[in-house]
Amino acid sequence: MTVLLYLVPAALCLGLLGLAAFLWSLRAGQYDDMDGAAVRVLQDDDLADPRGRR
Amino acid sequence: MAMGAQVIDLPAMGAATVEEPAQDYSLFLHRDPAGQAEMAFAIEGVDCAACIDEIEDAAEAAPGVVRARLNYTTHRLTVCWDAKAVPQPAAVMAALVRAGYRAYPFEADRLEAIEHATSRHLLRCLAVAGFAMMNIMLLSVSVWSGNVTDITPETRDLFHWLSAVIALPAAAYAGQPFFQSAFRTLKARSLNMDVPISLGVTLALGVSVFETLNHAEHAYFDSAVMLLFFLLTGRYLDHAMRRKTRAEAGNLAALKATTANRIEADGTLVTVPAAAVKPGDEVMLRAGERVPVDGVVLSGTAAVDESLVTGETLPRRVAPGEAVHAGSLIHDGTLRLRTTAVGEDTFIDEIERLLDKASTARGRYVRLADRAARLYAPVVHATALLSLIGWLLAGASVHQAVLIAVAVLIITCPCALALAVPAVQVVAAGTLMRHGILLNSGDAFERLAEVDTVAFDKTGTLTLPEPRLAANRDVPPGLMNAAARLALASTHPLARAIAAAHPDAIPVEGAREVSGAGVEAIIDGLPARLGSPSFCDCEGLAAQRAEQEPDASLVAVRLGHQSAVLEVRQALRTDAVAVVEELQREGRHVALLSGDRTAAVAPVVRTLGIADWWAELRPAGKIAVLESFEARGRVLMVGDGLNDAPSLAAAHVSLSPITAADVTRAQADAVFLGEKLAPVATALHVAARARHLMQQNLTIAVVYNLIAVPLAIGGFVTPLVAALAMSGSSVIVTLNALRARTGVPAAKEAP
Repeated sequence: MTVLLYLVPAALCLGLLGLAAFLWSLRAGQYDDMDGAAVRVLQDDDLADPRGRR
Repeated sequence: MAMGAQVIDLPAMGAATVEEPAQDYSLFLHRDPAGQAEMAFAIEGVDCAACIDEIEDAAEAAPGVVRARLNYTTHRLTVCWDAKAVPQPAAVMAALVRAGYRAYPFEADRLEAIEHATSRHLLRCLAVAGFAMMNIMLLSVSVWSGNVTDITPETRDLFHWLSAVIALPAAAYAGQPFFQSAFRTLKARSLNMDVPISLGVTLALGVSVFETLNHAEHAYFDSAVMLLFFLLTGRYLDHAMRRKTRAEAGNLAALKATTANRIEADGTLVTVPAAAVKPGDEVMLRAGERVPVDGVVLSGTAAVDESLVTGETLPRRVAPGEAVHAGSLIHDGTLRLRTTAVGEDTFIDEIERLLDKASTARGRYVRLADRAARLYAPVVHATALLSLIGWLLAGASVHQAVLIAVAVLIITCPCALALAVPAVQVVAAGTLMRHGILLNSGDAFERLAEVDTVAFDKTGTLTLPEPRLAANRDVPPGLMNAAARLALASTHPLARAIAAAHPDAIPVEGAREVSGAGVEAIIDGLPARLGSPSFCDCEGLAAQRAEQEPDASLVAVRLGHQSAVLEVRQALRTDAVAVVEELQREGRHVALLSGDRTAAVAPVVRTLGIADWWAELRPAGKIAVLESFEARGRVLMVGDGLNDAPSLAAAHVSLSPITAADVTRAQADAVFLGEKLAPVATALHVAARARHLMQQNLTIAVVYNLIAVPLAIGGFVTPLVAALAMSGSSVIVTLNALRARTGVPAAKEAP
């Protein structure tokens, strides 16, 4: 059962990583505009237009 | 009343060129440490994904703007200016108007900022509890399956210690909202739901540590943390609903925010937000504007419509030295005011006194959840204590008896109970929002559902806030067209009503104002006039009409030799008759309480078929009538005027249209949008359904306890059983709450 000695800490670390990621995204304001994020992903204004106009 | 009808002078304003004053929005600008200026706008007309790009591009093209970001959920735009540039909010607003959107300067109020911070804290607690719950469950499931197979005591102890290391700090952090609230309540020598929650969690953790020290088979770390997770979910949902309605209400307040024309020390006129005006400042008011502050007239005379203040539809003439109240509408003339009070201080003394009294009376209402908690906490604690004593008497060891008592506390902890009410509220508030009703207070559902009497105000509530041109059958089309064209040259409210009824009329060139009388011009070679009956030489006709129609305002029109008298009156909301009838059919008692003249109220009452009505009521009189109703049942008050504010606060529950006076809207439990009265009926229906579901949920929670508590007392509750029971009941209650989306008569979507 010595495998537990590194499996359990590994599982906990992964969990903590997830928690940290969530808290970071909350602080970064990713939950302030839930509807906007869903539609912003469809915009393609970050692509250069081949014909040189927007 | 010798003569009911009002005959008013009608001067033109549009003909004279009035120069636009400069605009000053510095009140809304915030500077960050780096020197960048920031300002928020509430945007009207955002309805598709493409709007985001258009709005942000338009704003960023304005001079000096470095960044513009639209929040699509709240319809708010944050614009950031370069530190070196001079911020020009007016340029951004103009750019947005060109793009087809209206922007209003926005200032988040302090309360909204606090709520935002609280809700983030709750979400962080929820995240920590969720993380801890999942990781402890990983260890617990191993222990449970190990207990029935071949786990060694050493491994079990290791897993229990690991659980303790996760659970103790997590509970200390995520339990803060409950511990703090329980502590506050105990300090005030009272009880709420948070007291048994805090006690249950603390005891469960304490006993688990003790059991772990003694190498026992069972520990309750997972139960304690799972409890916190479900309870936090309920609390977060409750909070999210209130925050969302508040954000929506904040936008509406920005959209409705008034501006004032302040006279600067050097005599120039500057347009500022009404909030920037201070007592002592001088402001200029012109015909057609709403008074933004309380003030005393310094110079000028005008007729002011105080229907939003007193409910009286007959305008009052004011002269220098007289007081004018915020919310009044200037009919004609120009006034120069010295400000005496602004913002929330714009109360009439009488209203303020009544409001204080009424609000304290409202505080007596106890929410359904709190009533349940008052009953709940003593029962739970008594049961746990009794099972402890019972097992001791039956000869069990102290250790065993304490374990069972703690199991009782854990299993009765109000997970389902805590979710039962907020889950329904969130779903039902969403339904109301889709129907154009915005809640101010979360417990409004419970109170709305108890209503058996509906009391309406007349002016602005049953009737539309703006006067409408009555149907004039006998006016020749040519004459009507002339009236509409002349009306476009005036800002007088009566003229605006005529112009609004004929949107396709073309303005007349060279319209001339005749002071205190009306507008005149040449149309198709004929002299045309619109204004007071004496101005148009038809006093005889007007006097005759005034007798027939005592509640209407009369405007005369003349084209060549033809002349006619037009009636402008407060028109009923289009569906008022249907809604009143529906309420009566459902067995509700409908009453009308108005501050207006009897002559103006009587025809409305006749049309609507309301038997119980009062006219010429003072605010105190309205409260007295409401109190006589309250003796028999529960009253819903619907009103919009400043004079209604005390009665809205005194009634069991209250609604007001979005056009209501600011003070009044703040007193109402919910605000409805649009020109229809249907939201009143919809609110009652949704509330009835929501209350039904809340009660159903509470029943589910009680039934769950009836099954679980005997098991716990009997000593059969292992951590596994506790986990299954708690999560099972919470899921059932949440699913049941989702039914609040359905079962409301459709066909009543907001316009």
